[in-house]
Amino acid sequence: MVTSLRPKPGPPRSYRFPSFSDEVLPNGIRLVTSPVSKLPLATVLVLVDAGSTSDPRGKEGVAALTAAALLEGSQRLDGAELAEEFEKLGTSLESGADWDSAFFKITVLSDKLNLATALLGEAISRPLFPEREIERLKAERLAEILQLETEPRGLADEKFSEFLYADESRYSQPDEGSAKSVGSLTRADVDQFYRANYNSGTTTVVVAGDIPADATREMVTEAFRSWPSGVPRRQPLLAKARATERSALIVDKPEAPQSELRVGHIGLPRKHPDFFPTLVLNAVFGGLFGSRINLNLREVHGYTYGASSYYDWRRGPGPFVISTAVESQVTAPALREILLEVERIRSEPVLAEELSLAKEYLEGVFPIRYETTAAIASALATLSIYDLPAEYYDSYRRNIHNVSATDVLEAARAHLHPDELQTVIVGDAQVVRDSLTGLPLGQLTIHKS
Amino acid sequence: MRKNILLVTLCYLIGAWVPVVAAGQAIPRIQFEKYTLPNGLEVILHEDHSTPIVAVDTWYHVGSGDEQVGRTGFAHLFEHIMFMGSQHVPVGAFDQLLESAGGNNNGSTTEDRTNYYETLPSNALPLALWLDSDRMGFLLPTMDLAKVNLQRDVVKNERRQRVDNVPYGRADETILAALYPKNHPYSWPVIGSMADLSAASLTDVQNFFKTYYAPNNATLAIAGDFDPAATKKLVAEYFGGIPRGPVIERRTTVPPVVIPHDEFLVLEDRVQLPRLFYTWHSVKDFAKDDAALDILAQIIANDKNSRLYKKLVYDLQVAQDVEAYQDGGRLDGKFQIDVTPKPGQKVADIDRLVQAEISNVIRNGVTTRELQRAQNSYKASFLNRLASVLGKAERLNYYNYIVGNPDYVQQDAARYENVTARDVQRVAKTYLGRPKIVLTVVPQGKREMMLTASGGGQ
Repeated sequence: MVTSLRPKPGPPRSYRFPSFSDEVLPNGIRLVTSPVSKLPLATVLVLVDAGSTSDPRGKEGVAALTAAALLEGSQRLDGAELAEEFEKLGTSLESGADWDSAFFKITVLSDKLNLATALLGEAISRPLFPEREIERLKAERLAEILQLETEPRGLADEKFSEFLYADESRYSQPDEGSAKSVGSLTRADVDQFYRANYNSGTTTVVVAGDIPADATREMVTEAFRSWPSGVPRRQPLLAKARATERSALIVDKPEAPQSELRVGHIGLPRKHPDFFPTLVLNAVFGGLFGSRINLNLREVHGYTYGASSYYDWRRGPGPFVISTAVESQVTAPALREILLEVERIRSEPVLAEELSLAKEYLEGVFPIRYETTAAIASALATLSIYDLPAEYYDSYRRNIHNVSATDVLEAARAHLHPDELQTVIVGDAQVVRDSLTGLPLGQLTIHKS
Repeated sequence: MRKNILLVTLCYLIGAWVPVVAAGQAIPRIQFEKYTLPNGLEVILHEDHSTPIVAVDTWYHVGSGDEQVGRTGFAHLFEHIMFMGSQHVPVGAFDQLLESAGGNNNGSTTEDRTNYYETLPSNALPLALWLDSDRMGFLLPTMDLAKVNLQRDVVKNERRQRVDNVPYGRADETILAALYPKNHPYSWPVIGSMADLSAASLTDVQNFFKTYYAPNNATLAIAGDFDPAATKKLVAEYFGGIPRGPVIERRTTVPPVVIPHDEFLVLEDRVQLPRLFYTWHSVKDFAKDDAALDILAQIIANDKNSRLYKKLVYDLQVAQDVEAYQDGGRLDGKFQIDVTPKPGQKVADIDRLVQAEISNVIRNGVTTRELQRAQNSYKASFLNRLASVLGKAERLNYYNYIVGNPDYVQQDAARYENVTARDVQRVAKTYLGRPKIVLTVVPQGKREMMLTASGGGQ
C-alpha cells in the first residue's frame, strides 16, 4: 500500500571528510596527502600559483597558454610521445589555468602511481615549449574566440565580465585572454612566465587515494627533484567596477530565439568572514532548483528552462551573477521579476522553510560531493588555493547549520547591491529594446554584431 | 533532461573526469540482488557502505522511439510532468522535499528509455522511495492542463536553449531525418518539434501514463548505503499496491534504412566556422560489430594520437577539432565523424584528408598499438562509471534493460578486449564503405561553402 504519510528522514549516519596530512617538503613544495582506500586508485593534483591573475598586463592568456603548452612535450618526449607514455600507464594528464592557479592532474591505478607521478614531474619541470605547438594552441584559442561570437551563452558570460569590471581590472578580460592579447603572445612570453611563476614556493601537490600516508613524500620529492626553489609573488589584484550605477547592454543577435540574461555586480573574495551566510543566502535566492529565482521564472511563469544565481568565488572579488535564458518576447517581464527578487530578499527575513531547505541541502549534499579521489583532491586543493584552515571541511556543516535568518538578511543587505546592478542581454535588440522602456535598468547601450 | 545542469553544479571542481585504465586489472563485478514484485516492478539492490549516501534510479521502458509521428517530444515532455507533484505531493514539493533532505535529483529521456534518479544521504532513502512511488501510483488524480502547459513552456525553452540558440544545434535532427525513413523511431529528435509540443493534450498525457508508467514497465535500482531487509520492506509497502498496467507491446524491429548513394546536405546556422558531419548507418547497441565500431571511432578520432586528430589538428593544423563515435541504441545505430575546419580552410580539402584516412584504415588496417590504446581507454571508462553509487545504479539498470542481466559489466568489457585489429579493419570496410549522409553546417548566406559530390566548399 502506498501511504499518504510521508516518511521523515532518520538520524543521519555520521560522515567525516577524509583525513589528510599537510606538510612542506625540504625542497619547499607543500604536500597534502589523503589516504582513501575505496578503489585501487589515486589522484595527483599539482597546483601552481600561476593562474590567470598572474598574467602580466598586455599578456592576458599567457597563464592558460603555459599550462596547455606544458603538455606539448618534455626535453625527452614530444607531445604525442608524452601522451602515449601516460596512456601506457592507463591515464592522461590534464592541465589548465583558472583565475587563481594552474593545475595538472592525473588519476591512475595505485600500483602505477609512482611511474605516473614521475612522468608528471618530468612534463612540468623539464618542458620543451615547442614553438610550433605554441602557435597551434594560440590559433585554436583564436578560433574559439571567433566561435564565441555565435555562442550566446558563453558570449553573455564574457560580455558580462567585460561590462562589470573596469578595463584595467584583470577580471574584465577572459581568463584565457582576448584576441588581441593572445595574438601577441610568443614562445618567449610563455618561457618567461614559466620561469617567473613555476617554483617550489608556488607549488602544492595533493595526493588522494589508495596509498599509504607516508609513501608520498619520497615519491613527490623525487618527481620534482629539478624543480627550482622560489617564493610566491602574488601581484596585487585590481577588481574595480566599471560603473557604480545601474546600466545595461544589449549585444544584438538579430532573430535570436532567446535572450541570454546576466544581471549582477561585483561579489566577494572567497576568503571572506561572511562566506557561510552568503552561501546560504545564494542557495535561497538562486542556488538551488527550489530557490526563489528558479521557482519564479521557471515554475511559476514558465519563462525559462532554468534560472540560477551564483557568487563566482575567487581569491579576489569575482562576480555575483543571476543567469538565465528566456524566450525573446518575455525578456522585459523576466528582468522585472529578477529586480523584484533582489529587492525582496533584502527587505525581510527569508522564511523558516526556505532557510531550512537551503541549509539542509548544503549539509546533506556534503558527503555526496566527495565520492571519488579526484573530488577529494580538488577539495583539498581549495584549502591551499584560498588559504583556508585545516578544519574547514570538518566544521563546514556546523558553520552552515549556525546561519540564521537574521544572518541571511544581514548578508543580503551587505552583499547584494540593487543600485549597482549591471544587466547584459544577448538577444534580438529589435524585439527586446522597446519592451525595456520603463524598466529601471539604467543607461542602455546596444552593441550591433 | 529536466534540469539545467548549471543549477546542480554548486561546487566548482577543478577540471573534468580523468580516464583511468586498469592495465592488467579486471573490471570488478557489481554484486546485486534482483527480484520482482507481484505487480511486475523489477527491483535491483546493490550495497556499498563506503559513504553514507544512496542512489535511487528508476527506469521506465519508454522513450521518444515509442512516440507517434505528430507527437514527437512527448516522452521528454512527460518526464518534466513527473516532477509536478502527485496525489500526496503538492506542486513544487517534490524538489523541495528532496533538496531539504540534502539530495540531488534529475531525470533524462533517450530514444529508448526514461530515467529518474536521486542521490541523497542514506537516512533519506525512505523519502525518495515514497516520492517515487507516489508519482508512479498517483500521478493522474492531480494532473491538469495548467501543469502540462507550464512544462510545455519550460520544454520549449529547453529546446531553444539546447537546440535553436546553440551553434550547430539543429545538425542532429537534420541528420536523423535524412538518415532514417520517416516511420523509423529514431528519425526524430528526443526533444521533439515545437509544433508537436504545442499539440500535446491533457488526454495524451493521461493515456501515455496509463500505457507506459505502470510498475510492470519499470525497474527500480537502489545502490549505496542501506539495509537490504528494511529497504525491501519499504519497497513492498510503497510500491506493492500500485496496480499492474496493460501488457506493453514495444517495437522490436525497425523499417529498413536505405541510403542508395552519398547524400549532401547543407544547413545555414548562426555559426562562424562551417562544420562537416559524416553519418553512416551502422548497428544497434550490443550487435556483433558494435564494440569494434566503438574502437574504430576511438582510433580514428578520439585521442591525441588518433588518426584524424593527429593529422588534421596536430600535424597539418587545418582543423579546430574532430570527433567520431558509434551511436547504437536498442533498435538501430549510426556512426558519425564531425570535423570543424580552422578559419580559412576549405571543407573540400578537409574532406580529401578525411577520405584518405578512412581509405587507409580500410586498406591497411590499424596497428596493435592503436588497438591497445583504444582498448585501454574503454577499460578506463568502464571503471569510471563505477566510481559513484549513481553510476553503478545506472549500469545495473542499463544492462538489465538491454541484455536482461544487471551484472553484465565484465561481459561488456570483454566485448572490447576481444576486438581484433582485423575486426576494426572489417567494420571500417563494411560500414564506412557504405553510402553516407554528409551535412555541412555553414554560416548564414554561405551555402557555397557546403561539401558536394564534386567537392565544392568554396
